[in-house]
Amino acid sequence: MTALVFDFVPIWTLILGVGVFLYVLLDGFDLGVGILYGLAPDRDARNLVMNSIAPIWDGNETWLVLGGVALLAAFPLAFAIILPAVYFPLLVMLLSLIFRGVAFEFRYRDAEHRTFWDHGFCYGSMLGAFAQGVVLGAFIEGFEIDGRHFAGSSIDCFTPFTFLTGVALVFGYALLGAGWLVLKTEGPLQDWARRLGRVAFIGVLVAIAAVSLWTPLLQPSIASRWFSWPNIALLSPVPIATALIAYWEWRSLNDRSEVAPFVGAVLLFVMSYLGIAISMWPMIVPYKYTLWEAASSEATQAFLAVGTLFLLPVILMYTGWSYWVFRGKVREDIGYH
Amino acid sequence: MSLDPLFLSRIQFAWVIAWHFLLPAFTVGLASFIAVLEGLHLATGREIYFRISTFWIRIFAVSFGMGVVSGIVMPFQLGTNWSRYSDATANVISPLLAYEGLTAFFLEAAFLGVLLFGRNLVPRWAHFVAALMVALGTLASTFWILATNSWMQTPAGYTMVDGRFAPTDWLQIIFSPSFPYRLAHTVDAVYITTGFVVGGVAAFYLLRERFVEEARIMLSMTLWLLTVLVPLQMFLGDQHGLNTLERQPAKLAAIEAIWTTERRVPLNLFAIPDEQAEADHYVISIPDLGSLILTRDPNGTVRGLKDFPVDERPPVAIPFFAFRIMVGIGLLMLALVAIGWWLRWKGELFDERWFLRLCVLASPLGFVAVLAGWATTEVGRQPWTVYGLLRTADSVTPSLTGVDVALSLAGYSLVYILVFATGIALMLRIVRGGPAAADAEPEDEIESGRPQQPVRALPVGRAGSRT
Ligand code: HDD
Ligand code: HEM
Ligand code: HEM
Repeated sequence: MTALVFDFVPIWTLILGVGVFLYVLLDGFDLGVGILYGLAPDRDARNLVMNSIAPIWDGNETWLVLGGVALLAAFPLAFAIILPAVYFPLLVMLLSLIFRGVAFEFRYRDAEHRTFWDHGFCYGSMLGAFAQGVVLGAFIEGFEIDGRHFAGSSIDCFTPFTFLTGVALVFGYALLGAGWLVLKTEGPLQDWARRLGRVAFIGVLVAIAAVSLWTPLLQPSIASRWFSWPNIALLSPVPIATALIAYWEWRSLNDRSEVAPFVGAVLLFVMSYLGIAISMWPMIVPYKYTLWEAASSEATQAFLAVGTLFLLPVILMYTGWSYWVFRGKVREDIGYH
Repeated sequence: MSLDPLFLSRIQFAWVIAWHFLLPAFTVGLASFIAVLEGLHLATGREIYFRISTFWIRIFAVSFGMGVVSGIVMPFQLGTNWSRYSDATANVISPLLAYEGLTAFFLEAAFLGVLLFGRNLVPRWAHFVAALMVALGTLASTFWILATNSWMQTPAGYTMVDGRFAPTDWLQIIFSPSFPYRLAHTVDAVYITTGFVVGGVAAFYLLRERFVEEARIMLSMTLWLLTVLVPLQMFLGDQHGLNTLERQPAKLAAIEAIWTTERRVPLNLFAIPDEQAEADHYVISIPDLGSLILTRDPNGTVRGLKDFPVDERPPVAIPFFAFRIMVGIGLLMLALVAIGWWLRWKGELFDERWFLRLCVLASPLGFVAVLAGWATTEVGRQPWTVYGLLRTADSVTPSLTGVDVALSLAGYSLVYILVFATGIALMLRIVRGGPAAADAEPEDEIESGRPQQPVRALPVGRAGSRT
């Protein structure tokens, strides 16, 4: 092999970072809509709520697959250590996503058991979100590692902290979902979405505060990253911006603006994501392996980067187009029963 | 008996991938069939093709949804249960899996919406293009996943660095020695599988004297298709087997249950292979035919299992019987196609009730053959995940306990049985409803969560205000 002089790790960090964030955002709001679905006042409302995401959920979930295989491709050591460590949360997530995914077709075709599939849709969304939060929490807490393997037990990931991050993500997704519904509905249903959005928002706020305080206590390295001089000054815009966004989000959930609640929720996710990235950088296997140490061979990263950098913009174009096709309000007056 | 995480992980993998494979085995073929129907509709303008297509699109929607959710499970299996395999092979196989996502899954997801619900929103040619793109996506997916699997069967284009595989030549990796055979044989298999389902459904309507016009077209089309594809499949299978003989001789010896290396080997039609005694019992065989098929010479020498160290031999019974099930079904299919032509020549194809009943009975045959074929391939590859290089026992995640995997296997078993059994029942319900119900669709589709509604919301939204 000729030695490649180019360092692909930053590119792959960016691709993976953006890919995972797009997943969190896109499937986040449709899982959130699923979570709120169970609270919808009546059947008409449920139909409307489900239809607001029906055309796009499939594409959204594809980002999960991309995130998984991109991790395998770019940082295989992380894939091989982290996935066994979160064995059960992933199991719960996958089984939940199955129920939720088939519910779109099944609740209509299998009218006798509609209530069952309705529950499958709602609890599937909620459990799936919770499980993803547990994965996130376990990632922040770190794993027991022996060489290139996870060496702990499959139940290590269930701790009070991961429970907290699980609940936090349920509230977070619910907030995104509420924002989406405010965007896509009108009238009483929109008011309903705003109400739930406010509840979710309070949950999110408490969760962000709790996680932000707890995380530095867990890991001295994270504490010193944030609280040592001059970092504390350089990084202070992050919490300040988060507080401003939170204030704006609360206001827009209470006034009549239609786009702002969704945008605000997205921005809150951006800030939280940024906060975690700052805490973790440059580790991909927490507190053990850096992005560079866990990277796949240069030839692998190069071969895949060429196609990815060409294909991703094309994919983003289709995806944008499919959202464009289904733009506008989901309306009741065109045949919803 | 204590719970062995390795054994349970294998069962779990076989279970989830077998289900996942059954669905694409149908959707890949169906996507192409729908594209052909849409093309015919566009070219001839005949409304009947439109009705048939609409009907199959409804079944496709259910099956595709199940294919997607079962597929999402798959890449995670590699990490959760086969982490050492992932660590060792990632440099080589991960780009293939990633390119599957980039070239296939997003393409399918984007055009699926238009195919299913956009008929009234886009020009007819654009709807046809959408069908074509979905079909292309499913084939791209098949291409990449089989490239991955074939590399595991017949690795090429790599070197070992620190006990892990590193790529040296991407073309050799993608086009590994067994890949062309596996790709051709599998794509043919999924078309045949779909062909028998479509033919079976048509025969069902003809028996009931419902939707006769549609049923005639479907049966006639599939008979033409199968006439070409079934004999082709036998030829491809034969070539595939010869390639296996060359590249994976231990697998082939297991398939034929041959223990000693010798000339003039017979072809075992039936036997009970006995791994302890290293011999077969209750053998029914045809002298010399084994050598003739495998070496094209009745005097040819074929290697037997005793040539291989005991710990490098695959299990014998499963490949042996699974292979016979697959080939048996292949012969049965050929017989059905021949009878079909004989009846067509007599002009009784659409009326001969016993034949139509046979067609209904034959509709699941392709699925059985496909699973049998994969069992032959994968069990025959044992005890390796990467043939000759990485053992299955060295592939499994070291941290897993038997209880962990027993729990997850129980979860996958219960959920899959519940969900996929329901899905199959719902597809059968759509079949019972028939193509006419497809016309009445707009009214009852309304409850569906699928995009029907937002699509129809569009014209109103266009006229009205937008956010
Ligand atoms: C409709 C399905 C179907 C039918 C009728 C047949 N096959 Fe097949 N066969 C498959 C579907 C399949 C498959 C599921 O697609 C496999 C599994 C892996 C592969 O490459 O294709 C397969 C594998 C497979 C292998 C294993 C190769 C390996 O793993 O190394 C051989 C030797 C054959 N086939 C040979 C045949 C022959 C001689 C047939 C003649 C009757 C035949 N198959 C009919
Ligand atoms: C990317 C493609 C594939 C990969 C990475 C892969 C990988 C594996 C692995 C790691 C195992 C575990 C070893 C074992 O259980 O013996 C396995 C076994 C198995 N695979 Fe594959 N496989 C692939 C494609 C397929 C396909 C398409 C099928 C067909 C449905 C299939 C069917 C099976 C079966 C039935 C087993 C169980 C064999 C046994 O228990 O001995 N595989 N495969
Ligand atoms: C280890 C083996 C496999 C893995 C890891 C895998 C992975 C996946 C994933 C993640 C999806 C969901 C895509 C989405 O979100 O839209 C999927 C769907 C799909 N897979 Fe697989 N797959 C495997 C084996 C196969 C095989 C052997 C084939 C075909 C021969 C295949 C064909 C398809 C197709 C066509 C779809 C689209 C859904 C459908 O048509 O039902 N896959 N696969």
